[in-house]
Amino acid sequence: MSIIDYVAPYDFSALTVLSYMLVLAFYGYGVLRMPEGDRPGTGRTMTFILGVMLCYGVMQTRFDYYSQYMFFVHRGQHLILHHLGPFLIALSNPLPVMRFWYDRISPGLKGALQPVGFVYRGLQQPLIASALFVGLIYFWLWPPIHFDAMLSRNLYWIMNWSMLLDGLLFWWLIFDPRSPALSSSLGYGKRMLILALVAIPQMILGAIIVFSRGMVYDVYEVCGRAWPMEPATDQLIGGLITWIPPAMMSILGILIILRRAMHEDGKYSTRSTSIKVTTS
Amino acid sequence: MNSHFPANFRSWLNLPLILIATIVLSGCLGEDSSWHGKDIQGLMPELAFELTGTSGETVTASDLDGQIRLLFFGFTSCPDVCPTTLQKLSQAIKAMPPELQSQTQTLFVSVDPQRDTPERLARYVDFFDKRIVGLTGNEPELRELAKRYRTTFGYDEPDADGNYAVSHSSAVYVFDRDGKARLLLRPDLSTDEIRQDLIALARENS
Repeated sequence: MSIIDYVAPYDFSALTVLSYMLVLAFYGYGVLRMPEGDRPGTGRTMTFILGVMLCYGVMQTRFDYYSQYMFFVHRGQHLILHHLGPFLIALSNPLPVMRFWYDRISPGLKGALQPVGFVYRGLQQPLIASALFVGLIYFWLWPPIHFDAMLSRNLYWIMNWSMLLDGLLFWWLIFDPRSPALSSSLGYGKRMLILALVAIPQMILGAIIVFSRGMVYDVYEVCGRAWPMEPATDQLIGGLITWIPPAMMSILGILIILRRAMHEDGKYSTRSTSIKVTTS
Repeated sequence: MNSHFPANFRSWLNLPLILIATIVLSGCLGEDSSWHGKDIQGLMPELAFELTGTSGETVTASDLDGQIRLLFFGFTSCPDVCPTTLQKLSQAIKAMPPELQSQTQTLFVSVDPQRDTPERLARYVDFFDKRIVGLTGNEPELRELAKRYRTTFGYDEPDADGNYAVSHSSAVYVFDRDGKARLLLRPDLSTDEIRQDLIALARENS
């Protein structure tokens, strides 16, 4: 097989390719046209592009073929779509680019987008966001649902897109660059609490898959594997990928938030003074 | 602050509950059928292919319209899965009422075109049942068909004698008279369970 076969999409989706192109185009245009002072540095820009390209890579290259016919590759695909890719995108802080575009959209469009904002705020309620983040993983790994999703092309695309969009929502909630002392963004304590909270059910699910004696996901058995591999090994590695890296990313997220909280310690006095007023 | 916390908390609690209920319900609905095989209605596209038959002629899905069709991927050098499955399918069909037998057609698609010539394929399928249609094509055609039904196949490295194993789907795809994908027969089904499913499907819209 030539390099082109590896880079070209296995299952071409015009909507997917178009979405990625638009995201990169809007980001690139925004970065180039915004005032020097607001512009994200090279490191942040590269982090953003890396996050986007990782997600694109697992959706529209040969990687997608292996994801469809090997359980452990599929788990790797979701690790990138739901965790690593959105993690990098949110961490790169594309807020200046979003502000740049927000200032340029017409008031009429802003009005039309109001319901979207309403839904967004609903989904970003801490408990809803956590339940959705873990719930989606459990939902798509529920054996009968997983079987159908791997058999139906439409369900497969819905599965991957829902994982990506939910990943973006969740990690944006966690890495929201606005300080909770100055804005209505979520407090650092709550962010760390959420990260610890979502890690536990993921570890349980991963452990269940790893320690299952029988075949939990027989769709890969029924539909043929990309290459002959012991089914038990495939399931074991897939379980480990569900278990360990997401837990590590929760800890990494907690460390990043902790560092930010320590940096901001004593920097803003708005909260502490208001507490003093109420307690005295 | 404290006074409206419980109300908020309750509404937050409801959401995961609704989510769980949805998951459980959809799980149950998926299993809610009298079929022994897996119901795949609406999950897969209808039957379509253009392949080469055992006499070298072109065979398309529409040539076999109006019949219940059982699609199975394999190769003639297959040591276990293919002979067992073909044996089971032909036994199940022979145990059906005679008038329904003639309306049920097994399609055996060889994904090993390098070794499986039309002649070799003809001898192989005739061994199990004269009525089985053997089909093959070039690799891109076969890949396209496999992709359409969300399956794949792969070749192992050949040994010293040039023999190699081929990995392929172990399930049988069942299409109704209109060519709609209806059932997926897993290899663990018994001959009798397959027979019951095929009879139910044949009687459904005859």
